[in-house]
Amino acid sequence: MERRDFIKYGGMAAGALSVPIVGHPFPLDGAITPIPTADKKRLADIALEAARGAGATYADVRIGRYLNQQLFTREDKVQNTVSTESFGAGIRVIVRGTWGFAASNDLTEDGIARTAREAAAIALANSAIQQEPVQLAPEPGHGEVSWRTPIQQNAFEIPMEEKADLLLTANAAALENGANFVNSALFMVNEQKYFASSEGSYIDQDVHRIWPTMNVTVVDSNTGKFQSRNGLSDPMGLGWEYLVPSADETYDGVVTRYGKRYDIVADAAAAAEQAREMLSAPSVEAGQYDLVLDPSHLWLTIHESVGHPLELDRVLGYEANYAGTSFATMDKWESGDFNYGSPLVNLVADKTQRGSLGHVGYDDEGVRTKRWHLVKDGILVNYQAIRDQVHMLGQTESHGCCYADNWSSVQFQRMPNVSLEAPSNGVSVEDMISGVEKGIYIVGRGSYSIDQQRYNFQFGGQLYYEIRNGEIVGMVRDVAYQSNTQEFWNSCSQICDVSDYRLGGSFFDGKGQPGQVSAVSHGCSTTRFDQVNVINTARNI
Amino acid sequence: MSLISRDDARTLLSKVVGYSQADHVVANLTQNNGGNIRYARNSVSTSGRTANMTLAVSSTFGLKTGVATINEFDDDAIMRTVRRAEELARLAPENPEWVVPMGPQDYGETPAYFESTASISPAFRTRAARDGIEPSAENGLVAAGFLQDNASVQSTMNSAGMFNYYRSSNVSFSATIRTPDGTGSGWVSRDFNDANLMDTGEASQIAVRKSMLSREPRALEPGRYTVILEPAASSGLVNNLVFGLNARTADEGRSFMAKPGGGTKLGDRIVDERVNIYSDPYNSEVPARAWSADGRPRDRTNWIENGVVKNLFYSRYWAQQKGVEATPGPANIIIEGGTASTEDLIASTRRGVLVTRTWYIRTVDPQTLLYTGLTRDGTFFIEDGEIKYSIKNFRFNESPIIMLNNVEEFGRPQRINGNLIPPMKIRDFSFTSLSDAV
Repeated sequence: MERRDFIKYGGMAAGALSVPIVGHPFPLDGAITPIPTADKKRLADIALEAARGAGATYADVRIGRYLNQQLFTREDKVQNTVSTESFGAGIRVIVRGTWGFAASNDLTEDGIARTAREAAAIALANSAIQQEPVQLAPEPGHGEVSWRTPIQQNAFEIPMEEKADLLLTANAAALENGANFVNSALFMVNEQKYFASSEGSYIDQDVHRIWPTMNVTVVDSNTGKFQSRNGLSDPMGLGWEYLVPSADETYDGVVTRYGKRYDIVADAAAAAEQAREMLSAPSVEAGQYDLVLDPSHLWLTIHESVGHPLELDRVLGYEANYAGTSFATMDKWESGDFNYGSPLVNLVADKTQRGSLGHVGYDDEGVRTKRWHLVKDGILVNYQAIRDQVHMLGQTESHGCCYADNWSSVQFQRMPNVSLEAPSNGVSVEDMISGVEKGIYIVGRGSYSIDQQRYNFQFGGQLYYEIRNGEIVGMVRDVAYQSNTQEFWNSCSQICDVSDYRLGGSFFDGKGQPGQVSAVSHGCSTTRFDQVNVINTARNI
Repeated sequence: MSLISRDDARTLLSKVVGYSQADHVVANLTQNNGGNIRYARNSVSTSGRTANMTLAVSSTFGLKTGVATINEFDDDAIMRTVRRAEELARLAPENPEWVVPMGPQDYGETPAYFESTASISPAFRTRAARDGIEPSAENGLVAAGFLQDNASVQSTMNSAGMFNYYRSSNVSFSATIRTPDGTGSGWVSRDFNDANLMDTGEASQIAVRKSMLSREPRALEPGRYTVILEPAASSGLVNNLVFGLNARTADEGRSFMAKPGGGTKLGDRIVDERVNIYSDPYNSEVPARAWSADGRPRDRTNWIENGVVKNLFYSRYWAQQKGVEATPGPANIIIEGGTASTEDLIASTRRGVLVTRTWYIRTVDPQTLLYTGLTRDGTFFIEDGEIKYSIKNFRFNESPIIMLNNVEEFGRPQRINGNLIPPMKIRDFSFTSLSDAV
């Protein structure tokens, strides 16, 4: 399906989210029951043997069934329900020090062997122009193991009617509270993936993710002006339980925010009121402000200005033709004294965090996952790297962050969860705001853009509140801040207590050619940045 | 697996429709055979090939629709899939916006398929990568590039008698060539339906020249500049304008096309009167499928004529509600231009900025269609009709509406990503900050 056709079908919510379509619709009956592991092992062994026979010195096979379910509503209507299944195998081999990859949905014994030989033929053809033979960091074979996202309730098992009812109830709450339009949607992912390698790993994983979204719009037809407020939900590595509200995971304040449980109905009502308030809010005066950034906003700034620039493949130039390279070059890391941020700033990569989008037991090349520092006490100390990259850092162990978005895509280095560590300092959001003389409190993910080396960025949010002399004085609009990554993180002057720590995340982070998506979380507490340049985005056409 | 023929697709889909017991059924066959090669640091990094074919069956009872799919094609498997779609339809929520499928339509052929592309081999891809790397290596530069090829079939039949079959091929290439000291970067892209037109070596020479010319850029103050936007620099903003011509959001008052007091700007002049934008799937330079995903025939459609909005696009449901013809969305984007080359536009510029491409474009305000983004891979200062030196990249905050009201001149349109876009000279383009990125 062409993306633009999908947008038409999916409605506005889908269009705004750049939804990728992989796979094809699937029947609800049967597909959520995983395929017997023994069947997958038999097919994998056939592929590995065929690869060896074709000259491969290394081979891995990923037999995957990828389920996606999506539900789109507007106002009192269910617009579309989409359930897709994608089932097949991707085979990666090394021949003469060169990678080759082939994938097919033909999972007969002959079919999978043919695909393995095709991958070897591609590797052999390309070995003629190979300048940098592949060097794999050692990884022990893990034998036959399995792992599952620790969910409480599989969202795919919830009847479609129940899902539709929840979204329509949220829509009704928005309309009752003054919205003119509301779109809501629900995205669910289940990756049933089996990895086998010529080094003796047979890893069966069952991975779950969920994301409810909402866009509430109010229109003033007299002036022709409109304002929208998106839901303050985040995608999570959780099951249906994310949509069961809990007081423990609700954060009160001038705006109610959410942790690992989300109240979509209450948020819909609040969104309508806040969008209407925005229509008459004053336009911001451009200038320097101290910013108090809620986790629902700051996660995206972390993602763009820390997560991406510290991907080693970008640093080395492998992504130069698409996503770009990085300002965080190896010499800065080797110096051991590059001030990425102020001494308060500790940024960790972590593939083991419960409830996060990146949480798995093993990555897509069979490496056991882990946690490591990227920035410690403000200093750049490491990157994100996989088996064929870590030797370039003088390291001997992969970081375990290799991922492919489908059986038909080749796995490569993808961002692990990257989060700002929160201290145990007892500082509340109210405490932080009380210390700001002239500032803006920003909640929610908005417009975002950053250059191809991750220096210059511009971010907006969903809600902006002006702070004067330690108090919130009211809402403002037309806000965006522009800064430079190193300058911004060095202006970090205070981080709230760990009790305010929450996860945000991206469900569809794009990278690579051909493009692939991945899902990744970023955690932090509310954080203060001093003297950041705020621009006014109002225009007349 | 070779691509399925029209006759075989018709036979297979007729079987699906014949098995159906639903009020309505739509059967959709999609086949994709694709390959790619990727290189970086003057060496191949990854390369692969993927083949897949799927059948999707959409069955409807009343306003309830269910969809089931299969990638096996024996009679039993097809029958099972039809029954499953029907079971799912009975369980589905009603969609009050569902519209009855259309009957038979007249569809034209567009020249989108070339055997040269469908038969691309691993050796072709290796050669394309080598040709892309060599000009860079010879000049002591560092190349990263990507070539992707695809041959596909999309075929649909429904119980109201509609049948269509579209076979197409595409090959695309892009390369970024950087100086080893990291102070210069050049870029180029090409896309064709016919692989015989692809010359990655010739294309890469352009990126080599830009890379060397862009070394050690100087900083210019942000502000409003006359710019020459190469097609890759304006296409993102133009795309957002054209795909924003959605009738429903305009009618609902939540689009840049909405008017104060209600109503839309359909029929209003919104940009300079020299701006003409249309789509045409039959254009031989940028052929596209001559029907929309739901089977509506697509012919030439004028979106903006002499600066005036001539059409908005509709879903069939919204067109029924409004009692108007259901104009489908754009098949491609063609902006009329002149005969001038980019070099001619430079020669007639006293003071300005040449932009090779733009990057990371995101909405800032949907009300004014304000977007932000950055220049990338070849930004140069022009003085007295000549490129004087390379300059640091800028962040822009600009609306395509404002941009197309400030047109100085359009050059000769070029194909980019399946669209035809001219290089354009625009005055007062708004750069709001500097970027150190190269």
